[in-house]
Amino acid sequence: MSDTTTTAASQLPTGEPNISHDNRRYWEATAEGRIELPRCTACDLVIWYPRSICPDCQSMDLSWETMSGNGTVYSYTITRAGVGRKWREHLPLVVAYVQLDEGPIVLTNIVDTDPSIIEIGMAVTAVFHDTGHPISDEDGAPNSAILRFTSVS
Amino acid sequence: MTQRSRAFIAGAYEHPLRTIPDKTVPQIHAEVAIGALADAGLTMADVDAYYSAGDAPGFGALSMIDYLGLDVSHVDDTETGGSSYLVHVRHAAEAIAAGNIDVALITLAGNPRSGGAGPGGSARFSSAPEASFENFFGMGVIGGYAMAAQRHMHEFGTTGADLAEIKVAASTHAQHNPNALLQDVVTVEQVLESRMISDPLHLLDACVITDGGGALVVVSEAVANDLERHTIPVLGTGEAIKGTNAGRVDLTHTAAVVSGPAAFAEAGVTPADIDYASIYDSFTITVLVTLEDLGFCEKGKGGEFVRDGALQAPFGKLPFNTDGGGLCNNHPANRGGMTKVIEAVRQLRGEAHPAVQVPDCKLALAHGTGGSMATRVGSSTLILGREV
Repeated sequence: MSDTTTTAASQLPTGEPNISHDNRRYWEATAEGRIELPRCTACDLVIWYPRSICPDCQSMDLSWETMSGNGTVYSYTITRAGVGRKWREHLPLVVAYVQLDEGPIVLTNIVDTDPSIIEIGMAVTAVFHDTGHPISDEDGAPNSAILRFTSVS
Repeated sequence: MTQRSRAFIAGAYEHPLRTIPDKTVPQIHAEVAIGALADAGLTMADVDAYYSAGDAPGFGALSMIDYLGLDVSHVDDTETGGSSYLVHVRHAAEAIAAGNIDVALITLAGNPRSGGAGPGGSARFSSAPEASFENFFGMGVIGGYAMAAQRHMHEFGTTGADLAEIKVAASTHAQHNPNALLQDVVTVEQVLESRMISDPLHLLDACVITDGGGALVVVSEAVANDLERHTIPVLGTGEAIKGTNAGRVDLTHTAAVVSGPAAFAEAGVTPADIDYASIYDSFTITVLVTLEDLGFCEKGKGGEFVRDGALQAPFGKLPFNTDGGGLCNNHPANRGGMTKVIEAVRQLRGEAHPAVQVPDCKLALAHGTGGSMATRVGSSTLILGREV
């Protein structure tokens, strides 16, 4: 995954995430080019999106672990219309659900990939796009990043 | 289940306009409220319960009750997106069964066609726990349903032509509705040749954007017996929510797999008994998946089911959305649930347009799909009957 963090950022917009007690660890990891997700210590479920409670067994005893960053396309669309103003100049863009190798299916974009080769089941790997917003108010805090994916081929 | 007092839809009113640039959203709520009460033969003074959803401005029901001058002892602001109004009918039926209320008023209004805000405050949505994990990818409403269609095609071999059949049936009905936004009959080819908006969905796979609204009045049996109007018994209801399930996303089912069987069981009927169906049609794929989820056909066979005019009134095997639906007629405030119930009531009263009136329509289903099939969906099903 160290390779993918050097992928040139595409021009897609980002935004400022709501960093909270539910998800701070996730955003801290994105600043380092990693995906960290909570796993329930009671039932072993890897939980997407990050939160403070296991939605399967309601345990609040969660641990965080690093995902591989690899996955496959579960579904996708080449969006050409019907998006907010800041996205319009970036159309068409590829919105996708990607299934991480660890299980969860995450909403994302496929970037730096010819849309015509995208298909369900295609292998993809994570890239991280700098949001320009630091993960905390502390001096020198790194910026959070948005998780996107690109074709491995 | 023990015998309980039954609920009846006594009033149903759809705002006749599709573009309303010169009125406020509360004003449109007021117009449809007056319209539905007049249809029932009741007045504002008779209302003892009020229901509204995310389209109601300000403090929702609190603001609207004050604006309208209602005096109620029961309030319900349940918000499940476009299906909210079917959930409201269910909740009103429950409150009537409990003996708590006699006359429930449910209203919907909005003006997105004239540039009015979408339902729900942006602050409310941006503070959602999922917001930062879904809002940075340019997935509009269309994009989410397009991914659902893509996945359905992948798993089951559904085609664009299959989806187009649904729009064709809706347009065939809309030609008879003088209030419908789109009144031209279209062909499968025209759907497939329309602009691709989010692969694999074309422009004509999407519902219209309209101003307007609608209202319903649900009453107890005691009140229904005193009314001259033909009242429609609520025979069965169901509601269910399906989310992203901790990342186990499933784009080919909705919560109709739960709300449908609940409604059928309560009514004591099966899909084969249904004479007419109002099926939520934000997009063509919404209809196809819902038909499968409700058990009108097997999962994955929706494409086969809708071919050969199956959905066309009056003689298709399951006439649907005879007002033209959201795809052609009306999708007020970007919420299609209210008009689904209203057209089902018209069919059961025998007051649909004669060209699309299902002969001897005795049992109708109305179904709402709120939120997004791609993330969190609120499904609600009503089974309605005909008694004179």
